Amino acid sequence: MSEFIYLYRSTNEASRAAMGSPEQMQKSMQTWMAWMQQLADKGHIKNPGHPLERAGKLVKGKQRTITDGPYAESKDVIGGYTLVEAKDLAEAVELSKGCPILEGGGVVEVRPVLKTGM
Amino acid sequence: MTDLHEHLFRREAGRIVATLTRIFGVENLALAEDVVQDAFCRALEVWPFRGVPENPSAWLMATAKHRALDVLRHERTARTLAPELGRLLESEERLSPAVEELFRADAIKDDQLRMMFSCCHPGLPEAAQVGLMLHILCGFSVDEVAAAFVSTHAGVEKRLTRAKKVLAESGRLFEIADAADFATRLPAVHRALYLLFNEGYHGASPESAVRVELCREALRLTALLFEHPLGSTPATYALAALMCLHAARLPSRLDAAGHLSVLADQDRSRWDPHLMAEGQRLLERSATGPQLTEYHVEAAIAAVHASAPRVADTNWTQIVSLYDTLMTIRPSPVVALNRAIAVAQRDGPERGLEEIGAIADSHRLAAYPFYHAALGELELRRGRIEAAREHFRAALGLARNAMERQFLEQRMETCEGGKASRPA
Repeated sequence: MSEFIYLYRSTNEASRAAMGSPEQMQKSMQTWMAWMQQLADKGHIKNPGHPLERAGKLVKGKQRTITDGPYAESKDVIGGYTLVEAKDLAEAVELSKGCPILEGGGVVEVRPVLKTGM
Repeated sequence: MTDLHEHLFRREAGRIVATLTRIFGVENLALAEDVVQDAFCRALEVWPFRGVPENPSAWLMATAKHRALDVLRHERTARTLAPELGRLLESEERLSPAVEELFRADAIKDDQLRMMFSCCHPGLPEAAQVGLMLHILCGFSVDEVAAAFVSTHAGVEKRLTRAKKVLAESGRLFEIADAADFATRLPAVHRALYLLFNEGYHGASPESAVRVELCREALRLTALLFEHPLGSTPATYALAALMCLHAARLPSRLDAAGHLSVLADQDRSRWDPHLMAEGQRLLERSATGPQLTEYHVEAAIAAVHASAPRVADTNWTQIVSLYDTLMTIRPSPVVALNRAIAVAQRDGPERGLEEIGAIADSHRLAAYPFYHAALGELELRRGRIEAAREHFRAALGLARNAMERQFLEQRMETCEGGKASRPA
């Protein structure tokens, strides 16, 4: 088994647009939970990870320039991450296809965790 | 993992918006709606990772409360917030305990009542009052209100925007502490709740789930009303009784195949005994004081139906006489039609048809599919198949959804069969 990180990315506009009415928000929340639960039931969740605040700071360059971020730089914001276990990248990618963020125009970035010390 | 109540967000939205509007002031309703949206976004971000909190309602409420405090700190000087609370929210040290107090469970109940009464503003047409309640207090989006009333998005949006403007211009929320004002506005609130329930029970929405939910929301709001000392009047109990007694029949309105089923054909064993008993209990509580409202009479009619184990056991004489009373309290062509149908049950189809023919403003029923269906039913029963078929065809042309269409098609097929196979 190898480890992978799912980075959930979406633009502010896309995530706002996907919100809708309270009823729709509850539905999309339940879809998220069901998807996570299903991965957990199959033993793929190494660590459910954390959601990230949308606001933050970007510290940049030798000058240590500090700007509001992350969306000042890129509109594509990482909203959270999860550590999963899968046979290989192909399986990790396959499993990510059920992620509800995709329905709202978001992106799942699947990145293998680099194995060290072997 | 905690299971979520099916419509938790929607219901919480109504509760939280009511309280936030009390804090921010009625002209800042949009701000309150934004804060609720933020709280739900939070849940959407956090819950998938952490799981549903033990008490999801409390979590949402607390999140909204924190966000409200932020907003108050930032906007206190920029905006005029609730004039009624102005002094309380003035100073930083008073702010937090004041908001804490405003989010207490009993305060939240009162806020929902304030909002309910505010929605029934006399400057608004009844349909707008009901739409506004559904939107603000029940958390229905514009599209969901449109679906419930089988109306267009644009139409509902226009109506709600106008209604919100009237609400904002009223300057403050309705004050429920004033007993005289409360009593004056109460009949309008009853009426709006009644219409909300009716939209669920008789309405045109093809989604039976939507309609069950409308009935449930009407019952929930009515319960808020009778839990308040000023709201627990005989008329409120009667209204609640009629809702329970009708809601008890909801499971049998659709037969096993999912088809619409009229009262006479319903499988009475599927009537909800719990709601039935609750309805009876409320009806007994309503029987005090001198005032006899239309809700008393309608609840009494529902109770007569409920007490008959089979349709043949129905006391139609009693029902006709209750409809007579209803015609004196709140005459309408639909009431007259229902009365005529009861007369037909008691005295036969000819008498029923005479009564229908005598309805004063029957032209107002022309677009109502069940007016034509009733004529068809009575003609069928007295063996005039051709006339019956014409009436059912007219009704079919007016059917508002697939369920009604299917029901009326099936009645037409009965005519094709050439005989009235269906007993009264």
